[in-house]
Amino acid sequence: MTALPTKTDRKLGLVIDLDTCVGCHACVINCKEWNTSNYGVPLSDSDAYGAAPEGTFLNRVHSYEVTPEAGPAQAVHFPKSCLHCDDAPCVTVCPTGASYKRGEDGIVLVDESACMGCGLCAWACPYGARELDALAGVMKKCTLCVDRIYNQNLPEEDREPACVRTCPAGARHFGDLGDPESDVSRLVAARGGVDLMPEMGTRPVNKYLPPRVKDRMTQEAEPLPSRTDGPSGFLKWLDSALEAL
Amino acid sequence: MHPAPSVIVFTALSGLGFGLLTWLGLGQPDVLGWAAFGMYFLAYALAVGGLLASAFHLGNPKNAPRAFSQWRTSWLSREAVISVAALLTVAPFAFGRIFLGGAPGWLGLLGAVLCLATVFSTSMIYTQLKTVPRWSQPLTPVLFVAYALAGGALLAGQSTAAGVLLVLLGGTQLAAWHIGDGRFAASGATLETATGLGAIGRVRLLEPPHSGGNYLLREMAFDVGRKHAAKLRVVGLVLAVVLPLLIVLLAPNNLVAIGLAVLLHLTGVFAARWLFFAEAQHVVSLYYGK
Amino acid sequence: MTEMTSRIEAQPSPKVSDEIRKTTCYMCACRCGINVHMQDGKVKYIEGNRDHPVNKGVLCAKGSAGIMQHYSPARLRAPLKRVGPRGSGEFEEISWEEAYEIAVSWLKPIRETDPKKLAFFTGRDQSQSFTSFWAQAYGTPNYAAHGGFCSVNMAAAGIYTMGGAFWEFGQPDWDRTRLIMIFGVAEDHDSNPIKAGIGKLKGRGGKVIGVNPIRSGYNAVADEWIGITPGTDGLFILSLIHELMRAGKVDAGYLARYTNAGFLLDEDGLFLRNEEGVPLVVDRATGDAVRFDTPGALPDLTNGLERQGKTYRTVMQAMAEAFLDPQYAPEAVADRCGITPERIRATAAELARVAFEEEIVLDQPWTDWKGQRHETMVGRPVSFHAMRGISAHSNGFQTCRALHILQILLGSVEVPGGFRFKPPYPKPPEAHPKPNAVGRPGQPLAGPHLGFPMGPEDLQICENGLPLRIDKAFTWENPFSVHGLMHMVISNAHAGDPYKIDTLFMYMANMAWNSSMNTSEVMKMLTDRDENGEYVIPHILYSDAYSSEMVAFADLILPDTTYLERHDCISLLDRPICEAEAAADAIRWPVQEPDRDVKGFQSALVDLGARLGLPGFVNEDGSQKYADYADYMVRHERRPGIGPLAGWRGEDGESEGRGAPNPNQLQRYIENGGFWIGHIPEEAQFYKPWNQGYQDWAVKIGLFDKPLPYVFNLYVEPLRKLQRAAEGHGACQPPEHLRDRVKATCTPLPVWYEPFEEAAVDKAEYPIHALTQRPMHMYHSWGSQNAWLRQITNVNRLYIPGGIWEAEGFEDGDWAEVTSPHGRIKVPVARMDALNAETIWTWNAIGKRRGAWALDEAAPEAEKGFLLNHLIHELLPPKGDGRRWANSDPITGQAAWFDLRVKIRRVPPDGPSEPAHEAQASPVGRGPADVAYGEGFK
Ligand SMILES: Nc1nc2c(c(=O)[nH]1)N[C@H]1C(S)=C(S)[C@@H](COP(=O)(O)OP(=O)(O)OC[C@H]3O[C@@H](n4cnc5c(=O)[nH]c(N)nc54)[C@H](O)[C@@H]3O)O[C@H]1N2
Ligand SMILES: Nc1nc2c(c(=O)[nH]1)N[C@H]1C(S)=C(S)[C@@H](COP(=O)(O)OP(=O)(O)OC[C@H]3O[C@@H](n4cnc5c(=O)[nH]c(N)nc54)[C@H](O)[C@@H]3O)O[C@H]1N2
Ligand code: SF4
Ligand code: SF4
Ligand code: SF4
Ligand code: SF4
Ligand code: SF4
Ligand SMILES: [Mo]
Repeated sequence: MTALPTKTDRKLGLVIDLDTCVGCHACVINCKEWNTSNYGVPLSDSDAYGAAPEGTFLNRVHSYEVTPEAGPAQAVHFPKSCLHCDDAPCVTVCPTGASYKRGEDGIVLVDESACMGCGLCAWACPYGARELDALAGVMKKCTLCVDRIYNQNLPEEDREPACVRTCPAGARHFGDLGDPESDVSRLVAARGGVDLMPEMGTRPVNKYLPPRVKDRMTQEAEPLPSRTDGPSGFLKWLDSALEAL
Repeated sequence: MHPAPSVIVFTALSGLGFGLLTWLGLGQPDVLGWAAFGMYFLAYALAVGGLLASAFHLGNPKNAPRAFSQWRTSWLSREAVISVAALLTVAPFAFGRIFLGGAPGWLGLLGAVLCLATVFSTSMIYTQLKTVPRWSQPLTPVLFVAYALAGGALLAGQSTAAGVLLVLLGGTQLAAWHIGDGRFAASGATLETATGLGAIGRVRLLEPPHSGGNYLLREMAFDVGRKHAAKLRVVGLVLAVVLPLLIVLLAPNNLVAIGLAVLLHLTGVFAARWLFFAEAQHVVSLYYGK
Repeated sequence: MTEMTSRIEAQPSPKVSDEIRKTTCYMCACRCGINVHMQDGKVKYIEGNRDHPVNKGVLCAKGSAGIMQHYSPARLRAPLKRVGPRGSGEFEEISWEEAYEIAVSWLKPIRETDPKKLAFFTGRDQSQSFTSFWAQAYGTPNYAAHGGFCSVNMAAAGIYTMGGAFWEFGQPDWDRTRLIMIFGVAEDHDSNPIKAGIGKLKGRGGKVIGVNPIRSGYNAVADEWIGITPGTDGLFILSLIHELMRAGKVDAGYLARYTNAGFLLDEDGLFLRNEEGVPLVVDRATGDAVRFDTPGALPDLTNGLERQGKTYRTVMQAMAEAFLDPQYAPEAVADRCGITPERIRATAAELARVAFEEEIVLDQPWTDWKGQRHETMVGRPVSFHAMRGISAHSNGFQTCRALHILQILLGSVEVPGGFRFKPPYPKPPEAHPKPNAVGRPGQPLAGPHLGFPMGPEDLQICENGLPLRIDKAFTWENPFSVHGLMHMVISNAHAGDPYKIDTLFMYMANMAWNSSMNTSEVMKMLTDRDENGEYVIPHILYSDAYSSEMVAFADLILPDTTYLERHDCISLLDRPICEAEAAADAIRWPVQEPDRDVKGFQSALVDLGARLGLPGFVNEDGSQKYADYADYMVRHERRPGIGPLAGWRGEDGESEGRGAPNPNQLQRYIENGGFWIGHIPEEAQFYKPWNQGYQDWAVKIGLFDKPLPYVFNLYVEPLRKLQRAAEGHGACQPPEHLRDRVKATCTPLPVWYEPFEEAAVDKAEYPIHALTQRPMHMYHSWGSQNAWLRQITNVNRLYIPGGIWEAEGFEDGDWAEVTSPHGRIKVPVARMDALNAETIWTWNAIGKRRGAWALDEAAPEAEKGFLLNHLIHELLPPKGDGRRWANSDPITGQAAWFDLRVKIRRVPPDGPSEPAHEAQASPVGRGPADVAYGEGFK
């Protein structure tokens, strides 16, 4: 049934640190790589070597420019995949029951064998987290790597999402956001993690850590006092510094 | 939103078909025998044809039967269930009317209610989407129902009712456009809220995630020029409402006039429906700087 | 309602693969360790190897897209013989036997008569110790890799100054540094470690300062962005040095102990030396002039020496005079650099604060080279990193020198929290070989081609003053061109200047496209014919793995395998994968056998070497010495007991670094995940140039044969020797037209001068700087054949700062015409405000020639993608003196890619981008329409 669980035992999700993400697309491609040959049908690419190549991705990285009132413009690299919302509208709109949110861990999944490819769930998602695969005709979305995080065939340390494991900058964190004591929850609290488009009422599980305040050095650093006066002054200072050794 | 022909055809035709069935269920016009056959055939052709067209929109139609399963939560599922219920309820009524010289009025009434409920469900598929603020407003269902009833009345040759309903439809359509124009801003969604970066400053897309297109852009980031839209609104309104109204009011009540009115109306409906999608902006387009 | 039965179980555990094969990534030169998951004999999934010293488990976008590269439709399938005209791309497939016969028919006669008629240049390969060994055995002086156009300024400045530079030579102490300042880096070779390092630093609350005209990537996450005007970093750095010296914020003890700050300079600017030639310092305690390495002596930095009526200043005195000059005051440089004086002061203050107030101390005793024991290791947690943004300018060598001096003044090299060398570095210039360029018919070269000249006497010029090498390396035009000048080879060979060649042999370098400046002209040079209708460059032999642009210009192609199909050796003899705390090397091995008639290039060279009878490649009886490259990797010995691989040596495989060849060596590598690592002892982790423990360890594992302690060269005496020659001293002097330039640029202390191209053009007409950056997810031209990567970027737009954007009236979707003194391009544009106001830029190497890489001829890479290279020339605009001066650094010959000046104009928005080249035929056909990789595993 596509009703949402009233409560999930855990809220597994990602925390993405926009202060650290360098926009390298590693998570994009490793996600593609893992998911094309694991959960569900492959993530296809049409016109792959042609004039208009276009394929299915579960995670994409946008780049934005943010211009503050004062100070230079900033660039922010912004990865985005399914946020595994608590109030996931993509689930309730689904006519076939293919879309569902799991009671045990809150992961939002598509049962591809039940999906009719109507696309309504993608319409319902504010974040562009669902893509209908052009070749297979079924809805694809981030699975939170459900086939990795519990996988007994993987060493324990590898039971985390592919995008998290691969991120060179360590900008992606995975954990239980329902547990206030978890590492990810503490990180969100410490860094003021935010929801994307809260006005959509989706109550996302994934959180974004905003970039730290930038370009403050000129205000903060005290200019160096002049200790020396020209080359001879400097050499005199140096002499006394060596004397002190 | 991408104005996909299959969806435009589906909503326009099935709306008209269920509208006609509603009138027929109410016994307006009170036809029997071959005349009834003709009208019911037309109504079923429109309704079922529309529903079939919607199947072209499916990536994986073999799972379409599962769409009947989620009526408790999904408006699309409800629409599927109710439409079938409506078609099945109207069928014996129509059979009686065509072959038995009559059928119980309560059955027709029930059928009519179900037909309208179908149209309402269709409208709710769009109305429920917060992500498309233009659709997510109370007039969307009113509009769909008004189109169905007015179009149905025209087809059913109910000139007076059609006249009244066309006026109502015109008003609703104008109001829906007006309210719709302000909905995106009212939703509060901006690129700043979408990225959570508003606290720093104004946000602008620097580079999209991929050079080329993707499913989201194709489906949800359709761009229609404002001038073009304004022109189409006029065309839609004139064709769907004004001209049919004039015909109903001024022309003699004959088949040719009705046929012309219906044809004009249908063309107008297509234009308005195209705009319904094309003008609707999905919040995801914010992420793509659209 | 019926529940859906097919839903997956709550905790699914699908099988991941049949087997994991561990090897080394080669989607770029970072050389991360990878776990290749195999299923049904096919590559299913590639992930980072957690145990690997380089990437510690992470993997970048390119690495993850390795599958798509490995199965690329652009892979060559068999040796190719050209059948159409050069450049057309028309080939026929031939056998390896035929290919070898053709190659030998070109190479054998010229070796016997005039081996310099072969020019053998390799791209970004990682087997230079092997390819140079081959070229040495062949006897041609014309060998180098691509470093001359890549980043030789960085490498040379680092080695001459402190015995190592950034990238492979060293890295910040990522675990301890608290402030890192990054100059001109978009991605670099150390891709994953830099990202991981920045992540770690930020996790600790440390700070990143990015100095770059463009704020993307690392600069986007930088806490402070200094949007410097291109080409002015040297000035900015000298101003920081000025500020630090002015405030007495330098590490006096460090300078006295570990640098030549106390060396005495005679009036000629040469070191005062004793009879053995050892430089002298004044001992502070006694006032006597003593050898600089005298145990217990602390040099006096400030007083100099009077002796026999002559005055000797210390290097430090010279530095104080040079850098405290008001020309380097923040106010004096601010406008030119595009940085406010306050910002310069604040930066200096922040560096000083972290270096001296956040000092860290490790409880780790160590003993220095003079035998003195120290109880702790004191660290200054300020570190620096820099790459081509400062090195790819014609003032790059001196700018890189200035940056190293800044680090050294702060006392933050080879200390905890600072910059650390990676073995086999540190290695001072004296410890490197000298260049060799005298070829003799039928004979091997006397020594390695490339090396570090220590003065005019080491230049490679023949008696008549002409260059010995085709690229004019080691001449007065670029005396310290320690990596050669690959970017000059084609134009020099075409011009027959200094001489004509017969065969151009290239490997893994797209010289007909993005590797060249002035690309359209280079394509013409490669296809140009003489009066007899023969090609001006008679034979072109090339090895590539894919259907690149360069393939179309070769006469004979030796098709390489993909990186998952061959043996490779990432060796301590070359550019190993070492980390600051360990020596390490690695291999690649065929995790899958090729399904085409292709061969690892190194194995092909082994075969060719044997067929040519080259020493080192044949046994005494003339038979082939090594079966293939794998055999060479195991059995070759460079010095007794020292081979390409350091791990598991000795017959029993129990030795490290030194030992007899071990026939099971490769198996041991494979079992260990494809790499070997040897940890540096704890007491030897820092102060490596002066740490007895390190020196002994390095000798033990064979990095060098005896300890090599040295001090850093704040003052580079060999440069002074060049200047003196220009002033008219000695036997080898520069030609007249170069004297002034040598005097002005080869200064023993760093200087800043205006980049040459900038000085040569009318700045009012060409007011804008134009740059490229590497995208993190693409490797030069290789990425476009990759079905996944090309979706991310298949079009590059020219980014324009807001000011210019508005002034020119640009709008979204617009195109522009960009003109430099050398050419004109037409390209799509986009706005960017986080950008230096005088700078425009684009992603590098996205544009492709039609027909290349098995792509559709209408591919966006050709329609809207473009190369900035068409605007960049290997020569400066004519000066009216009858000469064309090279667009290179005057010391190293480094190509000055980033000196480009342009003007820009809005044009009607419409493609294709220009110049639009005609299509080349594809020897491999076109890629399939749809891809659903992974289908086979369901
Ligand atoms: N993903 C990926 N990685 C690569 C490569 C690749 O193609 N793709 N190529 C590899 C190779 S061969 C190389 S040489 C390295 C190069 O690595 P990088 O040196 O990082 O390469 P570039 O992209 O040339 O970056 C030059 C940077 O310098 C900046 N810059 C230009 N002029 C100036 C200046 O005057 N001052 C300052 N401060 N900055 C300036 C540019 O804005 C740009 O950010 O990368 C290697 N790694
Ligand atoms: N405008 C501008 N131009 C630049 C630069 C810049 O910053 N700006 N940077 C310059 C620098 S630093 C560099 S290093 C060059 C790099 O430029 P290139 O040397 O042209 O680098 P690639 O495009 O990587 O081309 C290398 C060739 O190697 C082939 N290849 C790939 N894998 C293999 C393999 O396994 N075996 C063999 N045999 N061949 C293989 C590829 O197919 C390709 O044809 O570009 C230079 N050009
Ligand atoms: S892998 Fe990490 S750093 Fe790279 S784009 Fe993804 S989140 Fe950002
Ligand atoms: S992000 Fe979109 S797809 Fe994911 S749960 Fe939320 S609404 Fe559904
Ligand atoms: S596309 Fe599939 S998952 Fe999405 S709403 Fe339709 S049936 Fe459900
Ligand atoms: S959690 Fe897995 S499926 Fe989701 S974005 Fe990351 S890699 Fe992709
Ligand atoms: S940085 Fe990326 S492409 Fe380069 S070796 Fe490492 S994983 Fe491979
Ligand atoms: Mo390079």
